[in-house]
Amino acid sequence: MAKQVDARGFSCPQPVIMARQAIQAGEFPIDILVETVTSRENVKRAAENLGCQVTVEEMGNEFKLTLSK
Amino acid sequence: MSERLTRFFASRWGVILAGAVIGILASLLQAAGNPPNMGICVACFERDIAGALGLHRAAVVQYVRPEIIGFMLGALVAALVFREFKARAGSAPIVRFFLGVFAMIGALAFLGCPWRALLRLAGGDLNAIIGLGGLTLGVAIGVQFLKSGYNLGRSRTTYPAVGWIMPAFMAGLLFLLLFNVKTGESGALFFSEAGPGAMRAAIWISLGAGLLIGFLAQRTRFCTMGSIRDVILMNDTHLVSGVGALLAAAFVTNLALGQVRFGVFGQPVAHSQHLWNFLGMGLAGLAFALAGGCPGRQLFLAGEGDGDAGVFVLGMITGAALAHNFMLAGKPDNVETGLLGGIGPYGMVAVLLGLIVCLVIGFTMREKYS
Repeated sequence: MAKQVDARGFSCPQPVIMARQAIQAGEFPIDILVETVTSRENVKRAAENLGCQVTVEEMGNEFKLTLSK
Repeated sequence: MSERLTRFFASRWGVILAGAVIGILASLLQAAGNPPNMGICVACFERDIAGALGLHRAAVVQYVRPEIIGFMLGALVAALVFREFKARAGSAPIVRFFLGVFAMIGALAFLGCPWRALLRLAGGDLNAIIGLGGLTLGVAIGVQFLKSGYNLGRSRTTYPAVGWIMPAFMAGLLFLLLFNVKTGESGALFFSEAGPGAMRAAIWISLGAGLLIGFLAQRTRFCTMGSIRDVILMNDTHLVSGVGALLAAAFVTNLALGQVRFGVFGQPVAHSQHLWNFLGMGLAGLAFALAGGCPGRQLFLAGEGDGDAGVFVLGMITGAALAHNFMLAGKPDNVETGLLGGIGPYGMVAVLLGLIVCLVIGFTMREKYS
């Protein structure tokens, strides 16, 4: 069961901060829910910079990013 | 195709392109008639709009600046074309309003937003270095709050009409401008006959430049405050490369146009009261960091449906009116008399009050993420 981080409704940098905290906790995989394309791109870039692999799934008006190492 | 373009704009080259276009267009707008070292200034131009509507009485800074309208409508077009328009609101709008008010008071103490600070530097105004130093400190303080859990809460997706309110307001301003509406001898609109407000490029040039910048900035998320924040918060140089491109492009274009004059005292629409340049921009930087975007970014966000960013914009326009009505804004150095400009005692009190308000907001609005 992947760890869930619900960052919907937050604007950046909060989703990125939440993603970084989850990455630093070290339990993978991590599912991060975001609402905007901006948050999707920012979280993806930040996670990749921290050495994660990121897959993105579009779910209606939201995105689910799955982070793994 | 759309996804490939989205990826390009999200790349480092995308944001560098946006920064370079803003820098070049700003210098060209200055050559086309906008005030010196003020080809673009989001804070100053919103202040001019406040004046044109009669919200303040400073006769030298009143005009409906088409650039501001273009920024928001250009961002709206980009958001619609790329299907990113999303009406959202409800993340502590009252707090964002007052952050906008104090951000503007700080910016007008310095005489410019972060964009203009860069453009002033690109024109040789070395006071801008002090302003940018203050901005960096303000953002750095904001980052400490962000790290300790500060946030203004979640927004909610809402009725599409909510997202259209600010673009409609801008369209209304454009209508008033194009039809040169004057409701009476002493009625609005008010347009400056002298001073910076009377210096303006042709409407279509200003509007066209604004639309292009709005479009590019919406796609690339260009943000001056965000550029500093991301470097401090996570050593991310993505946005700051766009800001560097703005500075470099404006400097080169200014050199080509003969618009560079290095100095400190008597720079155009600027003062050399160093402490208050520093603290004014420090206040602005902190308020932008707490609100999540520089004045330009707030316009672009409002254009893509973010009602909370729209409230921040209205806060800035209100702040401009208060700043001029209460004599809080900086006065430029007077070259003829040799008198140093700067802010008066009320301005100093307002900047300090703003810093206190922002610190209270930062300290009291923190939560632990789960």
